[in-house]
Amino acid sequence: MVLYKNGAVVTDPWRHLEDDEDLPQVGPVTISWKRWLSERGSIARDPAELGVRAPNTVTAAEIGADAHRFGLIALFFPNFGDGRAFSQARVLRSRFGFTGELRATGSVLRDLLQFMQRCGIDAFEVSPRAIEENWFAALSEFDLFYQPAADNRPWIARQRLGATP
Amino acid sequence: MYRYDEFDRRFLEERVAQYRGQVARRLNGQLTEEEFRPLRLRNGLYLQLHAYMLRVSIPYGTLSAEQVRMLAHVARKYDRGYGHFTTRQNIQYNWIKLDETPDLLADLATVEMHGIQTSGNCIRNITSDPFAGVAIDEIEDPRPYCEIIRQWSTLHPEFSWLPRKFKIAVSAALQDRAAVHVHDIGLYLKRSEAGEVGFEVLVGGGLGRTPIVGKVLRDFIPVRHLLSYLEAILRVYNAYGRRDNIYKARIKILVQALGVEKMRDAVEAEWAAMDHTPLDLAEETVAAIVRQFAPPAYAAAGADDEAALAASVEADADFARWVRHNVFPHKQPGYAVVTISLKPLGRPPGDASAEQLDLIADLSETHGFSEVRVTHEQNLVLPDVRRGDLAALYRALAAAGLGASNIGLASDIIACPGLDYCSLANARSIPVAERLGEHLAAREEEIGPMKIKISGCINACGHHHVGHIGILGVDKNGEEFYQITVGGSADENAAIGGIVGKAVPSEGVNGAVDKLLDVYMRLREDGEELPATYRRVGAEPFKEAVYGAV
Repeated sequence: MVLYKNGAVVTDPWRHLEDDEDLPQVGPVTISWKRWLSERGSIARDPAELGVRAPNTVTAAEIGADAHRFGLIALFFPNFGDGRAFSQARVLRSRFGFTGELRATGSVLRDLLQFMQRCGIDAFEVSPRAIEENWFAALSEFDLFYQPAADNRPWIARQRLGATP
Repeated sequence: MYRYDEFDRRFLEERVAQYRGQVARRLNGQLTEEEFRPLRLRNGLYLQLHAYMLRVSIPYGTLSAEQVRMLAHVARKYDRGYGHFTTRQNIQYNWIKLDETPDLLADLATVEMHGIQTSGNCIRNITSDPFAGVAIDEIEDPRPYCEIIRQWSTLHPEFSWLPRKFKIAVSAALQDRAAVHVHDIGLYLKRSEAGEVGFEVLVGGGLGRTPIVGKVLRDFIPVRHLLSYLEAILRVYNAYGRRDNIYKARIKILVQALGVEKMRDAVEAEWAAMDHTPLDLAEETVAAIVRQFAPPAYAAAGADDEAALAASVEADADFARWVRHNVFPHKQPGYAVVTISLKPLGRPPGDASAEQLDLIADLSETHGFSEVRVTHEQNLVLPDVRRGDLAALYRALAAAGLGASNIGLASDIIACPGLDYCSLANARSIPVAERLGEHLAAREEEIGPMKIKISGCINACGHHHVGHIGILGVDKNGEEFYQITVGGSADENAAIGGIVGKAVPSEGVNGAVDKLLDVYMRLREDGEELPATYRRVGAEPFKEAVYGAV
């Protein structure tokens, strides 16, 4: 897989631990949501070095309550049509003020990228074919939007009240 | 009516460019059909039995003359010379070629039209009262609010991948002409005691396999908070709606499972937790859109208009009949609302040829303010006709095969495309509608108001559940049979029809309907329409008529 963040393909600095792997002393790691639930009382780790992989069946409020403990939340898109993680992302950003990395994983396809970005996702785990097919151009396919989202970009109803497009 | 500004135009250009790229990627093999499918669907492109079908969005059923001419152009250039108006107030073309669709959508964009969100599991075209703005029983014009919802829902980043499709209807009149009770969200415009405009919010209505009448979620939401409240509903649905079974995925199933009280609690909790401020509608924003729907410059009624009209009615029995059934009161003195029937005898319901569309565009200019409406009952409306012009208008329509005088009568049948076109259908709808309409026409005035609705499969695109008489095509070992329901209604007293007995073969439909109508006409009391009679006397007399003693 390829990781795209801040306008570039980057090396993933995070280690993604299996549930039976011990947490290393240092270094950024992610653990599963299930493991977080069972071990959160005993994990004392710098949020910059702790991430969680959340299934899309957990409510955003549940993740949001612990969001300050994480530097990364990986959201999961099981297939093209399952849009639950869009709501999770938007609520984590807009309601819980999560400022760490929100990473899209799973079925992360070109034509979803701008929707994901608008909902607050800032890192995309994609197939290598994304590079040869220049998927990331999709992030700027639209520069006008009809509604506010989690990306703090202007939207048309507000633009109409002020400046020209 | 609403006209695009520079923002809308640029947005739509970006959408056409995006779609052109998607088709190119499909044609060069970068996208598999499986990957392409959800993308084309969100631009209204389906793959049907014989060809691609394109569904063009007609927001709240309102068209300009220029747009109607474009629909004629599309029919000529990209299809076989006609189009089919649907129960979603949209138009479908059934013989489309994939590689031509980017140009087709670019042509549509020149007149502010598109196929955005006419399919797929997203918020679909916002539908409304085809008489909006001219109806005598209207509290306020609902179209500005439809337009506000249309814009908000367009390419919504959070709600474009819902468990299932999502339909919103808005009505602002005492009589519900928008089937608000059978939508995922139904909005009735009302005023608070303080005079503030807002909406009663219904949720969880729908047809399909599990027909359910919507329930009141909130008595009143002020316009200011309309969008945030809709977001709260959609967010609850996006999180909790079922995704394991497409037949259980509509919001109605979630509401049914939770109960409306728990649904309300969940929505209210979500609404309380979210920051409304970005979505709150500024007064200027609402006012600017309301201004776009300002009434046109109506003329004073002509002194001789009524006398001339009365004389024409007296002189011409066909015209008199058309006036009885196709002409409706208008809130402006001297004007009438005219429904053009797309249900001529023996023709597919809702079809219009390119020539007819061009003529209707011309007539909307001669007799009106260049505006045409589409009804969910698959007819067209000229909303602003001077009463003194009605006779001339009728002659022009009748000469083009558009003079059918049957609005609201037994031959004004709603039918889905059925097995003649649709890949989901179990049975044909169109020939059944054609035969039944012809059969009933002779006595339809005697029968009176009658809504017959036919669907070719359980997905219920023909709204059969809410027909006074509903007809559902089913497949029995490869043969087409039709199950008949009675007593349904899609208006403000919405009800789901009851099944009267086992399905009948195609050739038995006319006879069975005859028997149901005979019972209704025998048992009805003054002015009672069939659903009221059905409520009063129950199903037994109807069952007995069709199937003998039970």
